[in-house]
Amino acid sequence: MTVALSIKEIASQIEKKYPGSIEEAAPNSLIVKSDFLLAIAGYLKDTEGLKFDYFNYVSAVDYYTYFEVVYQLTSLEHNHTVIIKTRCYNRENPTVPSVTGLWQGANFQEREIFDLMGIRFEGHPNLKRIFLWEGFPGHPLRKDYLQ
Amino acid sequence: MEVSSDKEYIYTSTELDRYEGRIIEELKTNSQKSIPDPDAWLDEELKRNILLTSVDAVINWARRSSLWTAICFPACCAFEFIAAMGPRFDLSRFGMDIMRASPRQADLMITAGTLTWKMAPNVVRIYNQMPEPKWVIAMGACAISGGIFRSSYSVVPGYNRIIPVDVYVPGCPPRPEALIYAIQMLHKKINNTTVLPDLPQLMQKGKQ
Amino acid sequence: MTTTGEITFKTEPFVLNFGPVHPSTHGVYRMRATLDGEVVLDIEPVFGYLHRGIEKLAEERTYTGFIPLTDRLDYISPMSNNLGYCLAVEKLAGIKVPERAEYIRVIMAELQRLANHCIAVGSFLSDCGAMFTPFMYMFREREKILDLFDMVCGGRLTYNYMRIGGVSQDIPDEFLPALQKFMGTMPGMIEEWENLLKQNEILLARTKGVGILPREMAINCGISGPVARGSGVKWDLRKADPYCIYDRFEFDIPTGEVGDCYDRYRVRVEEMKQSLRIIKQAMEKVPSGPVRAEVPHLIRPPAGEAYAHIEAPKGELGFYIVSDSSIAPYRCHVRPTSLINLTALREMVKGWKVADLIAIFGSIDITMGEVDR
Repeated sequence: MTVALSIKEIASQIEKKYPGSIEEAAPNSLIVKSDFLLAIAGYLKDTEGLKFDYFNYVSAVDYYTYFEVVYQLTSLEHNHTVIIKTRCYNRENPTVPSVTGLWQGANFQEREIFDLMGIRFEGHPNLKRIFLWEGFPGHPLRKDYLQ
Repeated sequence: MEVSSDKEYIYTSTELDRYEGRIIEELKTNSQKSIPDPDAWLDEELKRNILLTSVDAVINWARRSSLWTAICFPACCAFEFIAAMGPRFDLSRFGMDIMRASPRQADLMITAGTLTWKMAPNVVRIYNQMPEPKWVIAMGACAISGGIFRSSYSVVPGYNRIIPVDVYVPGCPPRPEALIYAIQMLHKKINNTTVLPDLPQLMQKGKQ
Repeated sequence: MTTTGEITFKTEPFVLNFGPVHPSTHGVYRMRATLDGEVVLDIEPVFGYLHRGIEKLAEERTYTGFIPLTDRLDYISPMSNNLGYCLAVEKLAGIKVPERAEYIRVIMAELQRLANHCIAVGSFLSDCGAMFTPFMYMFREREKILDLFDMVCGGRLTYNYMRIGGVSQDIPDEFLPALQKFMGTMPGMIEEWENLLKQNEILLARTKGVGILPREMAINCGISGPVARGSGVKWDLRKADPYCIYDRFEFDIPTGEVGDCYDRYRVRVEEMKQSLRIIKQAMEKVPSGPVRAEVPHLIRPPAGEAYAHIEAPKGELGFYIVSDSSIAPYRCHVRPTSLINLTALREMVKGWKVADLIAIFGSIDITMGEVDR
């Protein structure tokens, strides 16, 4: 049975290593600041006892005042999972660091989020539209997109 | 994009994407109205003026008994078409067992699946490559009017925006039996066409 | 520079477009391949020719009204898509599904796995050059499974059968005897075409050692399903994170060792046999009772979010739903199995020839409806 790791434990571990990086420790997920995202992701991937080597998915949600990018990671060895979120409050030009260097599986999914939501990922090898054509006006999945 | 013979052009994939994007936007602005169906064969006036000769009968029999399909399989209806070609609902008893990839050798296009604006220029290109006489069967709800996806931002509301359609088959997806019925309707339509050119109409076109 | 005897001539790589329309059943997939003669140097996949905006349409439809749209995601295995979505909403709303519905769901999901692998193996063999013969054999079996589905829900390709809280209607009385009859013939059929193909020289030459996916890359890219299991990753959600009532059944998980096309093909064939085993166990114990929990028609789950994943025939299919307690989902994201399985395609084909490119692409088994949504 895949166990969702207790957020409080991981939060305290990460707080010790990278102080000031956690924005909120919600009951199901860990919300981190986007500057520390790469460091925390690397820490989660490599530490013994955590070893999150399998990248489930990355998704983005538009909550009118901010965008929230959601990552889910699983460890095949220990059979546990964790959800990490990061928020962008900049509506005009949201940017989040890309985790493609750590998990290749994020490649196409981050391009999709850029295409449909407009969030740019720094460090992505090939950030361009994937589903819609170049020249499509706007980003459809945003809540303020009008047809 | 012109390529001059003395220079070497290497286009990056982003430039190719932008070029294709411009083509798609152009097609989208030009296809705001649907193309009317070619249903002159139903016209009573025309029926009285045309005499179907035995030459017509033979040629129409030859044309309808060996319709070869061009491949245009975007989505789910494709699997009902493939099932119709399968061992249970055999389409090769109608002479349609050839499913060549080349549109130059085809005379029927069965459009099986949802059409998006990104795919539309390619479908128009395939249709233009087919030699006359050619027919189109719009298969499924998505091909008739956009279907369940009509209100989406990237779906063309029916194939008749970009190409003229002869037979519409409703269903989501239509059963292979429905597709076979549609093909028989197309056979009836082919039976009623004449090979002799319509001289008055051609003279009119020549004058323009 | 290529040399033939005394003559040397300059060669340079060129880009060939494998257009969206091509004679395989995988759908409107396009790639720009950079070739040096016959050898593939690099590919760039282009998607979006079937992008219908299903995730945006989810925000317009009610929770129950979205189930027909999930049918059209991976249109070769719609029952699994329905199941994944219903599990996600049930997790969000805390709904318990009655026992009879659980057994029916497991039987339908495993029958769907059989039907999917029929097409996957059939089209892979067509891509390898066996024209249409194995494809027609598989289609004959698939028609029998589709007849069973037709009996239950009236549809052959898009079923719209699962509902939130169970299934939409009870199975008719003639379903279980017909399923029994089908179970009697199917193992013999699998053995028939396995015997035809086991020692086939052409199949072995074209697939053994071709398109190897290393184990670490499979895990890093997030690849799941028969593709990952062919590379030796022993990860199956039915055992690792059991959903429905899969923990009550006994079955094995076939894995490959090398990770080439042949291993992926063998994994799918063995999975078909294991599916038959699960259906046999489930068929004997179907209890009586209601088939649907008491849920309102316009369901309003409490505000929150949930992610539920299932082992769909192609891999891990997941639905991430965010709700704000209105009648429509606030955001519904589909974890696209086929799109993620395609991440490693570029690495797998470098250095192989064009014909191998088609075979490798066929062995991953994707559906464009799921890639593009």
